[in-house]
Amino acid sequence: MTLSTFIQQLINGFSLGSLYALIAIGYTMVYGIIRLINFAHGDVMMMSTYFAFFGYLIFRIPWYISFPIAMILTAVLGVLIDRGAYKPVRNAPRISALITAIGVSFFLENFGIVVFGGRPKGFKIPKLFGAIFNVKGITIPALSLWIPFFTAVFLFLTFYIVYRTRRGMAMRAISRDMDTTRIMGVDVDGVISFTFALGSFLAAAGGIMWAMKYPQINPLMGIIPGLKAFVAAVFGGIGNVVGAAIGGILLGIIEIMFVAFFPQLAGYRDAVAFFLLIGVLIFKPTGIMGEVLPE
Amino acid sequence: MATLLKTENIVMKFEGLTAINNLNLEIQEHQIFGLIGPNGAGKTTAFNVITGFLVPTEGKVYFKGEDITGLKPNHITKRGIARTFQNIKLFPEMSVIENVMTGFHIHRKFNFFEAMFRLPRFFKDETKMYKKGMELLDLVGLTQFANDQAGSLPYGHQRKLEIARALATAPTMLLLDEPAAGMNPQESSELMDLIKKLRDEMGLTILLIEHDMKVVMGICERIKVLDHGEEIAEGTPEEIRNNPRVIEAYLGEARKVA
Amino acid sequence: MIDKRRIRNWILTTISVILLFLLLGYLNKHASSYVIQILNVTAIYIILTVSYNLINGITGQFSLEPNAFVAIGAYTAALLTMTPQEKAMTFIIQPCISPLNHISIPFLPAILIGGVVTAILAFLMGIPVFRVRGDYLAIVTLGFGEIVRVFATNAIPITNGALGLKGLHQYTNIWWSWGTAAVVVFFIVGLVNSSYGRAMKAIREDEAAAQAMGINTFWHKMLAFVVAAFFEGVGGGLLAHLLTTIDPRLFTFFLTFNLLIMIVAGGLGSTTGAIIGAILFAWGSELLRWMEEPHVFFGLHVPGIPGMRMVTFSILLILLMIFARNGIMGRKEFSWDGIFNFFNKKILRRA
Repeated sequence: MTLSTFIQQLINGFSLGSLYALIAIGYTMVYGIIRLINFAHGDVMMMSTYFAFFGYLIFRIPWYISFPIAMILTAVLGVLIDRGAYKPVRNAPRISALITAIGVSFFLENFGIVVFGGRPKGFKIPKLFGAIFNVKGITIPALSLWIPFFTAVFLFLTFYIVYRTRRGMAMRAISRDMDTTRIMGVDVDGVISFTFALGSFLAAAGGIMWAMKYPQINPLMGIIPGLKAFVAAVFGGIGNVVGAAIGGILLGIIEIMFVAFFPQLAGYRDAVAFFLLIGVLIFKPTGIMGEVLPE
Repeated sequence: MATLLKTENIVMKFEGLTAINNLNLEIQEHQIFGLIGPNGAGKTTAFNVITGFLVPTEGKVYFKGEDITGLKPNHITKRGIARTFQNIKLFPEMSVIENVMTGFHIHRKFNFFEAMFRLPRFFKDETKMYKKGMELLDLVGLTQFANDQAGSLPYGHQRKLEIARALATAPTMLLLDEPAAGMNPQESSELMDLIKKLRDEMGLTILLIEHDMKVVMGICERIKVLDHGEEIAEGTPEEIRNNPRVIEAYLGEARKVA
Repeated sequence: MIDKRRIRNWILTTISVILLFLLLGYLNKHASSYVIQILNVTAIYIILTVSYNLINGITGQFSLEPNAFVAIGAYTAALLTMTPQEKAMTFIIQPCISPLNHISIPFLPAILIGGVVTAILAFLMGIPVFRVRGDYLAIVTLGFGEIVRVFATNAIPITNGALGLKGLHQYTNIWWSWGTAAVVVFFIVGLVNSSYGRAMKAIREDEAAAQAMGINTFWHKMLAFVVAAFFEGVGGGLLAHLLTTIDPRLFTFFLTFNLLIMIVAGGLGSTTGAIIGAILFAWGSELLRWMEEPHVFFGLHVPGIPGMRMVTFSILLILLMIFARNGIMGRKEFSWDGIFNFFNKKILRRA
């Protein structure tokens, strides 16, 4: 492999990893505060791409308006899911919440099939992101640079919220001890809803960029990225926002490099994340950022 | 009398917070030993260290002369230390008798193949477990509730059931974490009789945490007092009662509350 | 006293099982092939739900493995029963690898080996997962389902890729499916009602307290998981030889989701409930097929909507979790004593 293809792959991996990172943060925040694996998170991301698809390609609203609207709608969807499905089972045995999450995930997928149709839809890219650069023999699609750029912006925003605002402090307090935090007068349900909103908003950012990258969407597109993003969250240390970002980016790079170095095994690409997960569980169950969550 | 349980300079820290500092316990066979102190003194933490639910930051735990520090809770139970929990931990959706029978599991005489194929040894041992379970229920006075759901029992009965369940593991030493909490005076006096009976008739050694001074002073032969993770006194009930440091740290506070 | 009751129950159970099989024999002769097919599917669902309930309901470890385990059992058994000639004809892209290409064994050992292979994989997966918090079981098993799909699609010399395996003998009939179901229920009920079952339930109810009882929670979770995997693998072998064609699309997450609905509706943690759930689903989902077929309402033509059944099922699952968490049976089990007590009480009330 030449240096130039290596750099090209590295950029590709970094941009794919950025998307995993954006999705992984939603997983890790929700798991951190209510110990729920939100299986529907990948499907929420899928919904965001349809929101963007309808706004931008059907109603022909310019992308800089329709994409933010899609992200806000996705955030609202996240809150609705929490309020409608998860809140009623918050005090039930944990398995009930997990089953509900599976139900929501399956509902969104099949709702998508019924309403949007099962066939993939092409996703046209706004001109700004469609360009392709050619620097010294390295071809780089503009999107591969835009994705890390937007990811960096959103990550900065998220870290600021989580580590520098009162709301973020409340989120971290709930993840330590929900009951005590409630007694201290924090609106726990409000904070949980906010977490879902923020997580879904980020997933939408990831989803829309995902749709532009591949460029097509379908109702089942959220499953695999969702699974991988969860692996990224565990890899980074579940519950840790910075860890999820690092885990996501690393996973993207590992996956792309696997295909680059073993092209004959390209078909097994989706298996990389699984074996990474097993490896993490065996060698470092607490993940990179290694925090032990209280039971 | 030989030493049964011994802890050596146990230190337990949580994220920089010291819950126990230098705990040295020495409990003789067939002794009824009390561990007391105000809330947050580190008593339950000490239980968790002894029973393997926590690995101490420093120090050692010896049982029957063997080092058991850092062993998993289930291995420690198998070596003969059984416990109850401060915030009752029954199996609420299982029946009362099933709760007790769970304690016999480590002494089962059949493997899971024999259970699946329902071979004679399985039936024989299950029948024996049931019979012995009923005997234990009789001992704590819960026979009539055998088939009720454990979670539906009143509080005092749940505490007794927890003791019966712990006894099913056939321990040599029993750790009771506030067994009289939530009991009325009559129940706690029955409890005292029961604890004495366990020691006198079954030869158990008992370590208990208790806030009810009547119970502690009534049955314990030796008492250790903790405050903020530090040992402040040890002695007979008589000595503890007259120890000014204890009165200041513990009884003083109790009076304030009362 | 107890022994007398046990003998009575044993006799009653034996009679019921004989009656069930007489009925099945009758249906096998006189019912339509459509009904017989659903009867077979019902039995396989019972095998799968009763096993799945062991890990999810009894031991309380949320797992999403069945589609993967059924696939492994199905592929293993199918590859073992196919004759060398059949394999040569089926594997048209790449030939089947040696020694698989010239092995051919009878049906019974084939499905048993399918179960053993599945159980071994479950064991290997259980080691990393049960060492850490049980939460990860769901995601690891879900991911494993994807791996099985990836493997089934790409390992062409073993699985024949997307084309799948075709032309299997239809060994599975009423006797095989219901016979196996009866055996699986016998084994799992035996296990659940033993000291092992109590240990598993104890883990579900309170893991710390179970440890304090001396129970090795790692091994008991593993036991439940491996036993469930074995029977799910066997169920997969039966399924393959009922449908006679298997390919990677057959073993998607839909299968796991359907099984989850069955055990939740029946009552998570109740073997009786798992059986009821399986029967209701096998027949109910046939009834719900109309939702996806075209209809004419008041002269208005409504085209069939694919996916509508699944939307209904997912809403059903969410509603069950929110409003009827106990399902039909809760955690209660069928027992002859229960029936007798019920009638005795009625008689007493009347008197």
